[in-house]
Amino acid sequence: MTIRALGDTAVLTGRSLRHIVRSPDTIITTAVMPIAFLLLFVYVFGGAIDTGSGSYVNYLLPGILLITVASGIAYTAYRLFLDLKGGIVDRFQSMPIARSSVLWAHVLTSLVANAVSLIVVVGVALLMGFRTGAGVSSWLAVTGILTAFTLALTWIAVVAGLSAKSVDGASAFSYPLIFLPFISSAFVPTETMPGPVRWFAENQPVTSIVNTIRGLFAQQPVGDDIWAAVGWCVGILVVAYGCSAVIYRRRVG
Amino acid sequence: MTAETAIRVRGLRKAYGDVHVLRGVDLDVPRGSVFALLGSNGAGKTTAVRILSTLLTADTGTATVHGFDVAAQAAEVREVISLTGQFAAVDEILSGRENLVLVARLRHLKNAGRIADELLARFALADAGRRRASTYSGGMRRRLDVAMSLIGNPPVVFLDEPTTGLDPEGRMEVWRTVKDLARGGATVLLTTQYLEEAEHLADRIAILHEGRIIANGTLAELKQLMPAATVEYVEKQPGLEEIFLAIIGTAGGGREAARDGAAASDWKERR
Repeated sequence: MTIRALGDTAVLTGRSLRHIVRSPDTIITTAVMPIAFLLLFVYVFGGAIDTGSGSYVNYLLPGILLITVASGIAYTAYRLFLDLKGGIVDRFQSMPIARSSVLWAHVLTSLVANAVSLIVVVGVALLMGFRTGAGVSSWLAVTGILTAFTLALTWIAVVAGLSAKSVDGASAFSYPLIFLPFISSAFVPTETMPGPVRWFAENQPVTSIVNTIRGLFAQQPVGDDIWAAVGWCVGILVVAYGCSAVIYRRRVG
Repeated sequence: MTAETAIRVRGLRKAYGDVHVLRGVDLDVPRGSVFALLGSNGAGKTTAVRILSTLLTADTGTATVHGFDVAAQAAEVREVISLTGQFAAVDEILSGRENLVLVARLRHLKNAGRIADELLARFALADAGRRRASTYSGGMRRRLDVAMSLIGNPPVVFLDEPTTGLDPEGRMEVWRTVKDLARGGATVLLTTQYLEEAEHLADRIAILHEGRIIANGTLAELKQLMPAATVEYVEKQPGLEEIFLAIIGTAGGGREAARDGAAASDWKERR
């Protein structure tokens, strides 16, 4: 049964990866906005932002990577919504395949698509002067955190795709997620913010994740931030996965 | 449960809130027969098919397909059925051939490529096999949809309004396919709102109205519900459909179906 589930998931993942290969614009549009933010903040606002020593592009990149993921997962909701609406999910569900494979295929595809977008954004950042002395283990840790973050947000996207009533609704949920890094340590240090805003910024998931990735790139100790980051990712993942499972069962039986 | 019954439904009820879609449906579909569930929009046809194909659970009542309970043994039911829904459920970004290979792989069949090529040829899609399904006409898309349903030769086939939205040629192609399926020994349950279609294809017809089966039998049996036939002479004019098909000079099979269609309208006019 498990082997069959893996096989079915692999077949369906192949299908949705083919969708991405045939519409590479989804990768490009995912990367365009974060790159625009990167250019805007490094070359326009960056000069006026005081983040202490070090180049601003190094400071900014972690938050930009999270924005990339937040905008990329909207496509997962969009594709899942279209599958449900077009009746192909009904077709799959009336066939003798593992029930979970339909959702997992979209989730794995999201991981691949977001990884490609992230590589594009990091490439642009390197051209803009981003530098890191991070070793293999730090890069692995960054990859691990970004993967966990993508997984967590993708399952939120699955909830949105399953419960949306329209195509617009299926992707609108991602706007607050894209906006969240602005009220965090991603663009400016939180110490400059007024009391309540600062409190929110320092206690929301993005700040701990950004600080962790920034620390890993800068080869500085990451302290408790990494545990907060992992905790947030796992917590969001578990809740979103649970909600998806319940909605999926209710929706497709 | 006799060996000859493919689908057996008893006391099936389903409500969405205050809307009672099915109000106690009983059905028996003999193996190897074509069974038409006839009803207007909103009669509950799609709901019944969705319950039988394990996509929806009934509130009360039982339904078995090949002896398997659709609620308790859904996995076994899915092994023996295929569903063609009301809207052609094909992947538009994939080519016709890729759609077929996808379903063959999901049915865990070997030689997925060969099965796909055979079906493309059988459904006159070989030339279009490598094109994306989004470029297909409505009739081609429906043909691909039906072809996807036949992969793995499921013994029970559900067709939910298979000809809705098709042009006359497309409809006849679907009719031919249904007849082929029946010849091959499959049990076909199709829903339709076209009386002519039920009359033309089905061995047995059940009329679903406001969530209940109000008539069920062979065409001959249903005819007996009507007052005795009277003989009158009516000039037989060609229908627009026959004119349309004569002018565009459709292929042989289409003509055969057209003749059948004409015979069917003969009966109606005699009545």
